[in-house]
Amino acid sequence: MGRYIAKRALTSIITFFAVLVLTFILFRLLPGNPVLLLFRNPQLTQQQIAQLSAQFGLNRPLYEQFILFIVNVFRGNWGLSFYYRAPVTQVLFPALLNSIILILPSTILAILIGVGLGVISGWKRNTLTDMAVLSSSLVLYAIPTFWLGILLIMLAVRIGGIPVSGMLSIGVSFTSPTQYLGNLLRHLLLPMITLTLVTLGQFSIIMRTSVINELTEDYVVAAYAKGMSESRLIRKHVVPNALLPTVSIIAISIGTVVAGAVLTETVFSWPGVGTLIYDSIARRDYPVLQGAFLIVALSVIISNFIADLVYAYLDPRVKYS
Amino acid sequence: MSAHSTLRRYLGNRKGSLGLAILVVLVFMAVLAPVISPYKATQIDPTAILQPPSPKHLLGTNEVGEDILSLIIWGSRISLLVGFLATFVAVLVGTAVGVVAGYIGGFTDEALMRITDFFLVIPAVVLAIVVAALLGNTLLNVILIIGLLSWPSTARVVRSATLVYKQMPFVEASKCAGAGTAYILRRHILPNVLPLVYANTSLTIANSIFTQAALVFLGVGDINDISWGQILHFAYASGAITAGDYWYAIPPGLMIVVAVLGFALTGYALDEVLNPKLKAGVVFESA
Repeated sequence: MGRYIAKRALTSIITFFAVLVLTFILFRLLPGNPVLLLFRNPQLTQQQIAQLSAQFGLNRPLYEQFILFIVNVFRGNWGLSFYYRAPVTQVLFPALLNSIILILPSTILAILIGVGLGVISGWKRNTLTDMAVLSSSLVLYAIPTFWLGILLIMLAVRIGGIPVSGMLSIGVSFTSPTQYLGNLLRHLLLPMITLTLVTLGQFSIIMRTSVINELTEDYVVAAYAKGMSESRLIRKHVVPNALLPTVSIIAISIGTVVAGAVLTETVFSWPGVGTLIYDSIARRDYPVLQGAFLIVALSVIISNFIADLVYAYLDPRVKYS
Repeated sequence: MSAHSTLRRYLGNRKGSLGLAILVVLVFMAVLAPVISPYKATQIDPTAILQPPSPKHLLGTNEVGEDILSLIIWGSRISLLVGFLATFVAVLVGTAVGVVAGYIGGFTDEALMRITDFFLVIPAVVLAIVVAALLGNTLLNVILIIGLLSWPSTARVVRSATLVYKQMPFVEASKCAGAGTAYILRRHILPNVLPLVYANTSLTIANSIFTQAALVFLGVGDINDISWGQILHFAYASGAITAGDYWYAIPPGLMIVVAVLGFALTGYALDEVLNPKLKAGVVFESA
């Protein structure tokens, strides 16, 4: 197991370096060099310009600039935001925290509901239940995230009383932590429903396929033959085995969850990294855009690594090797 | 398997015929837009702004008085065009990478597959937003960006099929007869691998339409080109959503869902008909 984890960790580190190279190319070598644009910003003081110039080493050869870029990323020098006139990291981390508040519960819910539906659908395959689950999963997969958000906003406006934008009510001073939390949770409701729904469709389809494949195995017939009850067979044998391929596919699709989150945040003006990306494009705030891209890539790589660890834990062939 | 029997088996597949029917309707809609659309796409009626559906405007009007039905019909052109062209780019790159990696093997394979994995892991929509914002918002850029980010799944499918076919006796025989690598790839590997690509292509088109809509909705891409995502962009930006103007917000999204389902169903059906021995293991990648 140790070797497997070490190998996975190495792959993650290599991937992150590839992201750094890509970021460097995107933000330095493309026409219109955004880093140079930084110096044209009239909001910056002369002192800040001199400081940035040295920080990015723009008068040095390209390879030195690249090394400096890497060093700066690891030191936490991610540049200055044009718009906020503050270090990018100071802008990014609150947004990252807000994104996690949205993404974590939504993903967990989507996995639980999606896998659950997939088990039922695969177990009762070719019945009416299966058809209902499969077709609604397909529709959920085909629904654009932002459109589902739009539909929910229209519904919420019609019902009334459900906040459709932001993370907290503006201009309200909270007297107690519970009041604050209640307000936050009411704002979280719609974005969380949106992200959960668009994510769970793919999980249930994958789990269904996996369960159906597992049901064709010989050991299933053998268990039937010796008189094991169907629910026990599904619970104790089929589901644990069917989970394995599902976990690795869920790991691959973490990138799509993040993409879904970017769109969800934008529609509901949830102040996370996605909304920050959207705003930074409109404001031409390239240092923040670069930082946001790095943080998104880094989170996807880390989540993939965690999924690999879960896989190693679940698969006895990896666990005891 | 003759072409005729393939077609019969495809049409016998319920998912397949439904998907194909949707695609035929959509393509007709895009081609015949000037004929079937009740108004010119940008024809403004200042006396009818944000009107609910009426006999004069079957799906109502938007905030500048354009007819929503006409916008939807004309919008199918850009949405389908981006879907097809981006997929063309993706299939070209993906097939080339997959065949070369699978056939040559060794270090080349390892390097190409690492790159493929990298693009599978990185969230394509986020990367597309960033690249499009940096490169500029032309339609061509959006097509190229979506295409160049969508090839990894094709590359994987093609590679694994190439690995199977390069072991086949007819390839060995061809090699013994003195055939070069390029000849074997063209005459023996590609014709066998391409059926797999067709099924994958359909899913890639679905994803490209999806991604384009998401990008335009976020204001990345040329927001003057009429497309379903663009209509939703303006519905959201103009405040018609919070005002509850359902006729403005529902139809464009519904069109995206129908188009994506049409291409996805066609893809599954093609996979079942052309590759009956393979279990359909579809990896989703979308917004």
